Amino acid sequence: MTQQEGGFSPEVVLDHMRKNGVTHVVWLPDSETNFLYLLMKDEPNLDLISVSREGQAFSTAAGLSVGGAKPIILIQNTGLMESGDSLRGWAMGMNIPVVLMVGYRGYTRHGVDQDTAATYTERFLNAFNIRYFLVENDQDADRISIAFQEAEKTSKPVAVLVGDEYHGFNR
Amino acid sequence: MFQTEDMLKVFQQYRGDAVVIPGRGGRHWVNVSTNETRDVPLGDPAMGGHASFGLGLALARPNEKVVLFDSEGDVLMNLGALPTIAEKAPKNFYHFMLDNECYATTGGQPVPNAANVQYDVIARGSGYPSAYAFDNLEEFTNNIAQIMEQPGPVFVAMKVFPEIENLPIGQRRRWQTRSRDKVIEDLQESMGPR
Repeated sequence: MTQQEGGFSPEVVLDHMRKNGVTHVVWLPDSETNFLYLLMKDEPNLDLISVSREGQAFSTAAGLSVGGAKPIILIQNTGLMESGDSLRGWAMGMNIPVVLMVGYRGYTRHGVDQDTAATYTERFLNAFNIRYFLVENDQDADRISIAFQEAEKTSKPVAVLVGDEYHGFNR
Repeated sequence: MFQTEDMLKVFQQYRGDAVVIPGRGGRHWVNVSTNETRDVPLGDPAMGGHASFGLGLALARPNEKVVLFDSEGDVLMNLGALPTIAEKAPKNFYHFMLDNECYATTGGQPVPNAANVQYDVIARGSGYPSAYAFDNLEEFTNNIAQIMEQPGPVFVAMKVFPEIENLPIGQRRRWQTRSRDKVIEDLQESMGPR
């Protein structure tokens, strides 16, 4: 797997999952994250749970967390917005310390959006009072571990917005 | 059709040490259960999510039997959860579903195509290795021991009488005896470290 110059490499994401003791990845696959999928699939300590609607990810993660496992949720911003009630009830309402890695579809860095998925992403998180960190490249990746620490400290979901090439949305 | 409470009394005899998520059967289960610390009455965190919650708990705790009493309204809201459960195939997951053909807590309006949906067929078609449907208590009673002895995931659809509520939510009787935090704390203590 070659690292994209100046970009965000899936190996780094996987390293942070390992470092933070992630046991299960609850996710909805999309074509842009396929190479991350291939890495996760070969990781013996990770159990992948694919869902067909993002709201299911939050209730699944709640069950895992209550059972003592450590899930991470990997979805796109479009699906995050679709998941509002499930996020409210199953993650926030049950004090689930889970990190959401959210593909920031439409992110342009300069704020001139061509895609309303980007327009509403941070507003959505702010409306739910969910803390979030933006990562755009490998230099930002330590924020993933900071998100795990924040989730544990607050017993709440914390988001990592993935704003660059490993999703490929901005090419 | 049969009464949810009658069915739960029969089930209780075969529960063993199973962790029970009573879902929409919670108001009756709280009076039937003899092992409260292994009960997970969560109320209704967000409709449609109980099946995925049960899956997550079962996967996190493969050595614990996890029993869920889901409802047809919840299942319909997230039918896509069934293939995920079937794919992960937790051998310790027992997915019961109360089908009263309506949204009882909002006044009894019918769910889509209320009387004509075969949920056991949907579960089997989603990949559950084993699925049942019962509309009388005697048949349920005759099969429950064998259901609880077989490996999961198992899906059990049951036709139950609706218990329709029309009172404003604030005026309804609260059946929960513990807060949600306490329920989780008790369960985790009972299960011990992972």
